[in-house]
Amino acid sequence: MFDFAVESQSEQSIFDSQKHFDFAVIGGGPAGMNAALYAVRKGLSVAVFSLEIGGQLHNTSEVDNYIGIEHTTGGKLSEAFHHHVLELGVPIKTGHLVSRLEKKDDFHITLDNGETYTAQTVLYATGGAPRKLGVPGEAEFANKGVSYCTTCDAPFFKNEHVIVAGGGNSAAESVVDLAAWASKITVVHRSQWRADQIILDQFKSIDGLEINLETQILEILGDTKMRGVRVLDKPSGEERIIEADGMFVEIGNIPKSELLNGLVDLNERGEVIVTPNQETSLEGLYAAGDVTTQPYKQIIISASEGAVAALAATQYLMHHKK
Amino acid sequence: MDKLLNEDVTKQVKEYLNPMQDHVTMVLFTQEDPCNTCQETRQLLSEVAALSEKITYVEKDLKKDAALAEEYGVTMTPSFVMLDKNDAYQGVKFNGIPAGHEINSFLSALMDMSGIDFGLASTIGSRLDNLEKPVNIKVFVTLSCPHCPGAVSNAHRLAMSHPHIESEMIEAQTFGELSQKYNVSGVPKIVINDTHELVGNQPIQEYLKTIEAL
Repeated sequence: MFDFAVESQSEQSIFDSQKHFDFAVIGGGPAGMNAALYAVRKGLSVAVFSLEIGGQLHNTSEVDNYIGIEHTTGGKLSEAFHHHVLELGVPIKTGHLVSRLEKKDDFHITLDNGETYTAQTVLYATGGAPRKLGVPGEAEFANKGVSYCTTCDAPFFKNEHVIVAGGGNSAAESVVDLAAWASKITVVHRSQWRADQIILDQFKSIDGLEINLETQILEILGDTKMRGVRVLDKPSGEERIIEADGMFVEIGNIPKSELLNGLVDLNERGEVIVTPNQETSLEGLYAAGDVTTQPYKQIIISASEGAVAALAATQYLMHHKK
Repeated sequence: MDKLLNEDVTKQVKEYLNPMQDHVTMVLFTQEDPCNTCQETRQLLSEVAALSEKITYVEKDLKKDAALAEEYGVTMTPSFVMLDKNDAYQGVKFNGIPAGHEINSFLSALMDMSGIDFGLASTIGSRLDNLEKPVNIKVFVTLSCPHCPGAVSNAHRLAMSHPHIESEMIEAQTFGELSQKYNVSGVPKIVINDTHELVGNQPIQEYLKTIEAL
């Protein structure tokens, strides 16, 4: 049977008349949504800019660790955040990427269609993009067997053999999601499991699951599409080939901080360095969620960082409001 | 028969469609069995049409109404097109049921087709003024893909913005052979004039760049 995930719509016409905001949020995931909620409740004029709503939460199938909500899906939680913010009248501009962020007197936010908006304070909460393995064959077979979105692409591997690369929560959840489609799942991970035990416990009921820890992927092989991977068994030092029809790469994320290069201090991984109040090295610019140095990439942590940033920006504007 | 849209979703859809301006007609093409998801698509369209007096839903048979199917370029079932208030085809087509996340590109197309400004005029500017060759945009989707409706809406909005552009959503599981032909194993996959490909929910700029490069 079919289900239907209707998303709320933001009124766009306000962007025709209003070009300046007290607090602009770049990013539509948990950090950005919660920041918008807190800021608008404080009376700030707020706008959100994001290509789409939901961020990485949208790619998550099951969510079982958001306190007070015993079980939901990433899509439902994301839509609940979105709806809550829209109900408070926050305008959200979707469908366009922010292509430039500059600080003159105010911050100038330029979209890919050339439109420019200004804001006295900005929250940068763009999250992360899927990390790639960085092995030969990966670019060649991307979307020809190699996928970075289990919820999107699992249906293409019905009754086939797929590899899941990774050992964290997203890899373990990918295995659980794929069990409904694939006939065989092989996990390949270069070290030990880091996933929550409660997710790993679900593996007991999955048939045809093979787990290769301490195993490193060296190369992705194929012809017109992916056919397998060459791996190194680290304890024995031996190489071998695992044949498979597809592979889901779930090895974490890289921060989407490219707009901040040269603008604020980033660490060696490209994450934005923030104070406990989510301030960056540039006055009036805040960062929250997976784009920051905060090591635990979790929905509730991103949301809470968004709230902190909004409150800190409110405080800042009380002393600096023009 | 049980309804496809439950009470909550029915309420959401009704509210969503409330601001519709002009009349929109949905023409669904089906055929006698075997037709995977024809029945469900028929039911979805009639349930949605019942939620707004501005929507008309008609059903045609791919074989019996072959001339009409040819006019709209419909070759598969289930497939439906949306017509504007003058019953003109603007190149907006859905192949397969727009359920799951894809309900959003379906509802958005209804709103856009009814005349609600989707705000692309300033982005497109004069970039399509010299477009003379026909452009076909295929967007392959799965119903569990949260990034797909954005890609479909962008393509449909381009179709509504220019008479030479047509756009079609293709539900990859219903049309498995076609998806294989286009080597689809990741979605959204956007194929323009069968020669140029984009993967992922791309901003409208990427569509425009690709169309300019044809």
